[in-house]
Amino acid sequence: MSQPFAQAFGDEGLSDTLLNRSEEMELNFGPQHPSTHGVLRLKLKVDGERILDCYPIIGYLHRGTEKLFELHPFFQNVPHTDRMDYVAAATNNLAYVGAVEKLVGLVVPPRARYIRTILCELQRISSHLLWLATHAIDIGAMTPFFYCFRERELILDLFEEYCGARLTLNCMRPGGLPHDLPVGWTEKCREFVADFPSKVDEYEGLLTENRIWKKRTVGVGVLDAETAIDYAVSGPLLRGSGIKWDLRKEMPYEAYGEVEFDVPVGKNGDTYDRYLVRMEEMRQANRIIIQCLDKLPEGPVMAKRPRVLKAGKDAEVYHGIEGPKGEIGFYIVGDGTPNPYRCHVRAPSFINLQVVPELAKGQLIADLVAIIGTTDIVLGEVDR
Amino acid sequence: MPGFLESIRGAVGDTLFYGAVSPAIKILILLFLGVLPVITYLVLVERKVLGFMQARVGPNRVGPWGLLQPIADVMKLLVKEDTLPKQAVKWAFILAPCLVVGPAFIIFSVIPLGPPAGGEGRLSWFVTDVNTGMLFVVAMATIGVYGLIIGGWASNNKFSLMGGLRSAAQMISYEVPQGLSLVLPLMFAGTMSLVGIVEAQQAQGVWFAFKYPPIGLLAFFIYMVAGVAESNRNPFDLPEAESELVAGFHTEYSGMRFALFFLGEYANMIVISAVATTLFLGGWLPPFPTLLPFLNAVPGVIWFVIKVFAFLFVYIWFRGTFPRYRFDQLMDLGWKWMIPLALAIIFAGGLVKLLV
Repeated sequence: MSQPFAQAFGDEGLSDTLLNRSEEMELNFGPQHPSTHGVLRLKLKVDGERILDCYPIIGYLHRGTEKLFELHPFFQNVPHTDRMDYVAAATNNLAYVGAVEKLVGLVVPPRARYIRTILCELQRISSHLLWLATHAIDIGAMTPFFYCFRERELILDLFEEYCGARLTLNCMRPGGLPHDLPVGWTEKCREFVADFPSKVDEYEGLLTENRIWKKRTVGVGVLDAETAIDYAVSGPLLRGSGIKWDLRKEMPYEAYGEVEFDVPVGKNGDTYDRYLVRMEEMRQANRIIIQCLDKLPEGPVMAKRPRVLKAGKDAEVYHGIEGPKGEIGFYIVGDGTPNPYRCHVRAPSFINLQVVPELAKGQLIADLVAIIGTTDIVLGEVDR
Repeated sequence: MPGFLESIRGAVGDTLFYGAVSPAIKILILLFLGVLPVITYLVLVERKVLGFMQARVGPNRVGPWGLLQPIADVMKLLVKEDTLPKQAVKWAFILAPCLVVGPAFIIFSVIPLGPPAGGEGRLSWFVTDVNTGMLFVVAMATIGVYGLIIGGWASNNKFSLMGGLRSAAQMISYEVPQGLSLVLPLMFAGTMSLVGIVEAQQAQGVWFAFKYPPIGLLAFFIYMVAGVAESNRNPFDLPEAESELVAGFHTEYSGMRFALFFLGEYANMIVISAVATTLFLGGWLPPFPTLLPFLNAVPGVIWFVIKVFAFLFVYIWFRGTFPRYRFDQLMDLGWKWMIPLALAIIFAGGLVKLLV
């Protein structure tokens, strides 16, 4: 009897594992599975429903983005960053242009810094909304999905009005922004932020005190602070474990030094805490946007800059920012030409993914789904 | 009685006619004119209600308000390719969907939709009245489990196998509290005939869900929860948990065979709602017969349908509200809470019945 996964696991096959033995079974979770959020493949060793071992296999979405960076001038590389974490393009853009600005030495005008902050926080909200939608539907709650997408749609509309694109925004340039905010944009944005906190209450009303939701998330996928640091985990995953580390506070960039916001942290490092952290982050992001809209200075949105950006010989720079999923950073080496000599991306999804086997061991398959959801990975960024 | 029925009776003889031919005709009429259209439109109702709960419209393209959507769905399922995986165990793979649908349909034969015949030559609102009706319902519902297990196993797919195992464990666990909760109405009515139970509720003047509060209500609650688990619906839809097991036991099924599983699930929903209505909510009886006597003018079958649909609405509401339980939590709930509670209320109910 031939087996569908026999080839993937070598010659011994699984025909006797399936029917005769009662011990371990190898199970291919993905790359085409509704809750791996893309083309992640997890090779599982399971005993009944309990996971004994978990081995992530990545690379199904590898497009060689880092190599592509070397083939284009600094300007033209911004669109590549859109396609890494494709649900949070603005923060990718910002991390990249920030690195280039550091490398070349450009000073961004204040209006551009504020608009960038607004865009990034909108992006954080939309990314978290997508996370909540899929996380909830993975755990079986269907309704939050549609509520989240309702608000995400409004954010995408705002992006569309600003830069014409909804997902792959390409909305920043080294030195500033491609264009100023369109007329009436700030009013629309204000309308959204005024309404949004009540919407977060709505999501929380469906989930936060829901007994089944708590049963499925409290104590599931516990990540202690030490392991989190060992794995260089960042973002809400790290803060959920009780470590107050947020690059927006620790190394303020753009307008983050000039606005007030709190950094929520969890206590137990379980899925529920990370859920709470992200919910609070949405509220805080909303708060940041309101302050930025209030303080939005006038002026140009693009710095004075040379037509062709060139890095010095052997110039290297690392610039990391707090993306929705964690620290997204670009390490760029220049060689005196308009192209980067090498560009490496510190992708938060990739690094956070490494902790999944640690969390999954000994849990049930149903928990694995919650754990993948709570790490909030985007495979475009994992594989690049 | 129409002429052609008379001629059949003449041909096969009275015994055979009243024993087999007449019930067969009745259940066919019930299935094709009652249950199947209700199921197809129940899907539409579910999608519409879910849409309403989820800030969207639901189907609205096929016909006005999507009213022709069920027909389009059925056509699609009928003409779709019906794949048979190479490594599947063929006879079991084909048998499984039938095992799910068949028993669910057969149960309808003992469910009284309305009162028995008022006089000679008039039709009763049920196919047949078995004096062990309740046992018949439980027995038939149990057979449905085999369909899921065999379907999951025969597919020879690991996710399906797990779905099948989950359904086996889940349904067997939840049959126990379900069966135990049925003991209460049995005790109150003193009969197992479903018609007899409704008549007992009429005679005693109280629906069994409200008899000896809160005992009746608790039994009703247990039956309800176990019923949701039995029909594999949210929050107990683990056997087919899409996000965990892809689609569980029916991953490999497509086309009409998949449709049969689907049909079975919805038929089970209706069966459980109908049985709950019959046993706990007075079946075809109108509410407040003495307080609001004009409600008696409404035919019993309408009351029955209203009550069943209220249940079905609750099912859909559950689906819109709850996340899914985890496997071990489901078992905990069944064995540690529902079964002890069911035993306790049986004891309490018996005690109260003896004393009062």
